[in-house]
Amino acid sequence: MSLSLLILVGVLFSVGTYLLMERSLTRVALGVGVLGNAVNLLIVAAGSRPDEAPIIGRSGELTDPLPQALVLTAIVIGFALLSFVLALAWRNWSITENDEVEDDLEDRIVARRAEKNSKRGDVPHHEDVEQ
Amino acid sequence: MSLPVLGPLIAAAVMLFLRRLSAQRFVSFMTLGVSLVASATTFVNIWDDGVIRVVRMSGWPGSFAITLVADRLAATMVLVATIVVTIVLAYATGQRAPDERSSFYHPVYMVMTAGISQAFLAGDLFNLFVAFEILLMASYVLLTLEGTNEQVRAGTTYVVLNILESMVLLMAIGLVFAATGTVSMAELPARLAELPDGVRMGLQLLLLVAFGIKAAVFPLFFWLPDSYPTAPSSVSAVFAGLLTKVGVYCLIRTQTLLFPGELGNVVIVIGAATMLVGVLGAISHRDMKRILSFQIVSSIGYMLFGLGIGGSAAIAATIFYLIHHIPVKTSLFLVEGIVARDSGSSSPDVVSGMARRSPILAVLFLVPALSLAGLPPFSGFLAKFAIVRAGVVDAQWVGIVVALVVSLLTLVSMVKIWVGVFWGDVEPAAKVSTVGVLRHQRLMGVSTGMIVALSLAIAVAAGPLYEFATLAAEQLLDVAGYVNAVRSA
Repeated sequence: MSLSLLILVGVLFSVGTYLLMERSLTRVALGVGVLGNAVNLLIVAAGSRPDEAPIIGRSGELTDPLPQALVLTAIVIGFALLSFVLALAWRNWSITENDEVEDDLEDRIVARRAEKNSKRGDVPHHEDVEQ
Repeated sequence: MSLPVLGPLIAAAVMLFLRRLSAQRFVSFMTLGVSLVASATTFVNIWDDGVIRVVRMSGWPGSFAITLVADRLAATMVLVATIVVTIVLAYATGQRAPDERSSFYHPVYMVMTAGISQAFLAGDLFNLFVAFEILLMASYVLLTLEGTNEQVRAGTTYVVLNILESMVLLMAIGLVFAATGTVSMAELPARLAELPDGVRMGLQLLLLVAFGIKAAVFPLFFWLPDSYPTAPSSVSAVFAGLLTKVGVYCLIRTQTLLFPGELGNVVIVIGAATMLVGVLGAISHRDMKRILSFQIVSSIGYMLFGLGIGGSAAIAATIFYLIHHIPVKTSLFLVEGIVARDSGSSSPDVVSGMARRSPILAVLFLVPALSLAGLPPFSGFLAKFAIVRAGVVDAQWVGIVVALVVSLLTLVSMVKIWVGVFWGDVEPAAKVSTVGVLRHQRLMGVSTGMIVALSLAIAVAAGPLYEFATLAAEQLLDVAGYVNAVRSA
């Protein structure tokens, strides 16, 4: 495996992970795309030596075609996933008119309880008040 | 044998051109009927002689083909899954929910069925990944089909988490291929054994994390109780009954075929933590669907506990638990759906006194509820007893104490639902004079009754079934048998 490819895989993974943790759904979608490419590149880079393209009729050292076939399938699947996330983001945008992932039910219950406590005069944690 | 995979896929393609709901329903039930016959035949054949069946799709040789492998466990899982999927579809038809009337529901449901069967039968890791993607993609669509605000919100968490899981799985498969040069499950055991310990453990951990997310294992379970309750009842019933089980099934494969007996203690600890966290979540909630969702997590813990102990008795107990849990959990969600459809909600804040209005529905809830809590004489008692007995043999005292306490707390959470929804004065007040919840929901009632009957049948036939589970477990542990069966096919 060549070092430059390895570094590229690492960079793509970190970028993808960073984007995936964002609140905005568009960035999450981008993260899905970047992370998918990182994994695909990893499979090609780790799974086969760079040699002649494996086409019937060629002779000499051919590279292993199996990882390429696997990655081809993975790319198609990744494309489907990405389009679904984008559709989801669009739906979210058309309902809520913003792009952010909302808090889940649990978080909202906790936030509401904190708000109630602060009205009652308890001293709440300052983060709870902000919510 | 390939029918449970190919049939639904072809049906789904056909149904995209049939926009009429009645035509779609007809094709769906016909297809499931055919799959049912096919999977029952495979099951009976394997029950008879115990020979592992191998199919190479379109006759490609050896490692080029998509290989489907059915051993005792896989054949059983496919049969149980097909039965449950069929009955739940009947329920969904009776429910006439807005999502079932969408022209995409039936095709997508078929695709999910195909994905589930393929995951159980997959003979190589990459094929397994594809099966996962098929069923996950379908589940994304089913979860968000109505497109309401709450569904989109919960769907986002579910989709992103599962995409992450897919990435980890794909990465694991890529690295397994890089290290061993194969993804075939028959070739992997020998080649993985040759690897240095560190590499092998790394690969195993990657696979465990990937399947662990899918199976909702502690600490990666939080997406489940958040997303399942937002789906329509028929959909969450299938998700609860089958999708997490696919993850558990893959964990069983990893721990018996690819990495036999390794990291067992880690799995035991994770199992105990999963049991505990799940049940604590269940008793801290009020909403029926959320309680039921958290209970799934705690049940997964039991299966992991058995799997971690290892050995044929413990694996047999795990298999028995796995099979018993599918109809039990599905029927609980179906009952919830009937309550919600009748009263508009299944929250104890809105509904109560259900038992007075429909004693039959109360029984349909009580039987699986007591079974899940592990009370004799129901199947849950036998499953838990088998797991605890395996734990005693292996002297896993801490795990046993956790299992028993969790069992008790599960009962508490069930009592919470019972007291809130089924006991007390009839509410909403407008419903006092209307008796017979099931009268207007015959099909839903009958299909729920069928699944409850299935779980009772498991309790009645526990003796032979447990023997079968033992045989299945021995077959799982016989790695050489699996390898030879696939190679010589």
